[in-house]
Amino acid sequence: MSNSSGRAVTVKRFKSVSLNGTGVLVALVTLFPIAWMVSTAFKPSQEIFSLTPHLTPTHPTLANFSQVISGQASGIGSVWLFFRNSIAVTLATVLLASLVSLLASVAVARFRFRFRASVLVLLLIVQMIPGQALIIALFLDFNRLGLLQNLLGLIIVYAAQALPVSIWMLRNFVATVPKELEEAAAIDGASAPTIFWRILFPLVAPGLVATSIFAFITAYNEFIVALTFLGQAHTAYTLPIYVTYFFGRGGAQWGPIMAASTMYTVPVMIFFLIVRRRLVGGLVAGAVKG
Amino acid sequence: MAEFVWRRGITERNSSAMATFIRRHKLAPYLMLAPALAGIAAVLLWPLIQVAVYSFQNYGLPQITGAEPTQWVGLGNFTATFTDSEFWLSLRLTVLFAAVVVPLTLIAGTLVGLLLNQLGKKMAAFVSTAALLAWATPPVSASVLFYWLFNPDGGLVDWTLSKLPHWLVGSTAWAGFNWTTSGALPAYTVLTFLVIWQSFPFIAVTVLAGLKTVPAELYEAARVDGATPSRVFRKITYPLLKPIFLVLLLLSVIWDFNVFTQTYILTGFPGNRDEFNLSLYIYDKAFQFPPSYGLGGALALIFTLILLVVTVGYVRASVRQGALT
Repeated sequence: MSNSSGRAVTVKRFKSVSLNGTGVLVALVTLFPIAWMVSTAFKPSQEIFSLTPHLTPTHPTLANFSQVISGQASGIGSVWLFFRNSIAVTLATVLLASLVSLLASVAVARFRFRFRASVLVLLLIVQMIPGQALIIALFLDFNRLGLLQNLLGLIIVYAAQALPVSIWMLRNFVATVPKELEEAAAIDGASAPTIFWRILFPLVAPGLVATSIFAFITAYNEFIVALTFLGQAHTAYTLPIYVTYFFGRGGAQWGPIMAASTMYTVPVMIFFLIVRRRLVGGLVAGAVKG
Repeated sequence: MAEFVWRRGITERNSSAMATFIRRHKLAPYLMLAPALAGIAAVLLWPLIQVAVYSFQNYGLPQITGAEPTQWVGLGNFTATFTDSEFWLSLRLTVLFAAVVVPLTLIAGTLVGLLLNQLGKKMAAFVSTAALLAWATPPVSASVLFYWLFNPDGGLVDWTLSKLPHWLVGSTAWAGFNWTTSGALPAYTVLTFLVIWQSFPFIAVTVLAGLKTVPAELYEAARVDGATPSRVFRKITYPLLKPIFLVLLLLSVIWDFNVFTQTYILTGFPGNRDEFNLSLYIYDKAFQFPPSYGLGGALALIFTLILLVVTVGYVRASVRQGALT
């Protein structure tokens, strides 16, 4: 008896050790490329091209970062300029997409109207249209409108692209708000704007955070539209286009390129770690609920 | 009832002619949808229609500047596409890549999801944070980073492979091996690692969320009956999570068909034409000099139709899950 329970404990311990070991291994393999990027950013060039590479810099340096900040390495300006462009585009996209999708999600979650199901199916379908298919016509249209080499054109496209998924996600959040709250407020004589701002808005705020994160990712990471629209307008470059340009110049400037990538990547990682609970909940809500 | 609240609330206090008109014709939901639908129509639907029109025209630079008139060319752009061997090569590469990477990503993501479900709270948080960081890395950063890792001059992968023992495929021949310019197979091997690294976290977290919805009693009963883990997965987990797997499968197919940013950077566009996938091929036809928006339009249309088949599957899977209720 005691023998067999002893074996059960051993088996259990073995299982726990192997599970945790696998967990650590998965985490380390996943983190390794990021660690290598950050480490390269802090290495002097002798160490970057050393015959025996080390994971951590032996003589850490900020030289790569100062080259990126001075604009000397890329030749098209300081990284701060592109940072500002990216932040401006991203914030404007998030605000515009949130406002428009909140209105639309209330319409599809709270009203029964004739084309409701068609609108929902349309939203599902349009989110699947590949960006590569649209970029040709978008490029020609925005060229005619004179919106190519500036940030406004990007904001319009990104906000519209974020709408279908944002509306779907928000609709789920609006649907979970009990209708009785609105009805009670209406009976007490509250007007529609009051009901909207005082009752519905605070209750769907977590949903708005989730959709904002989605719009944020769309705008901050977007590549093909920015690449095509901005062309040679260096001063309007967003961070991904700046990093790509810098990379495409060649010359094996891996230190400065990794420093630029680090400055592009680390802020968004910190942001995601802060909002992670909402992020995971919101994304999964989209996938699990359909 | 709630609908009544909103309809009444929006217009009752306001008895102007406009408000009466909105109320009488039940226009409130349409007005609330209008900005969203206008944006979607202008940026997503209208361009698609235009692309369809261009695909039957000889639309290029001379037509934009007005030097030459735009002409209808019938199916000319389509026959030009179907007789171009580069098109078939890029299509083949796209399909093969998706056929390899979709299952690998789903398997890796599902395994990590199952692992997360078994781990203690702290360990699970550690692993999922690592996964979140990989997922949060912007595609451009990730692509440049993997290019550097696999770089022939100072890259870590070639160095490691050249130091590995022989029985582990190690050989000094790896030193200086150029992954991105030595043809499609090495370049897409790098791409495979990159895409799996970036997309398994989403699968893992979604599968984990699905696993949390499976009643613990089912696993308890299976454990009492002495079922093996693989049997538990086949008989309990998989059937219950099937709708989630279906959505993840379709999303993965769409994503891996669409890969543009990563291939653009890794293949050094427009450097290596034999490494074009369909996305790069379209972009090349449409925008590289001399730009041919007609040819690009025909390709975009073909591409969209292929994805539409997958999308119909996605919509049907969503509808079956009751997404429209």
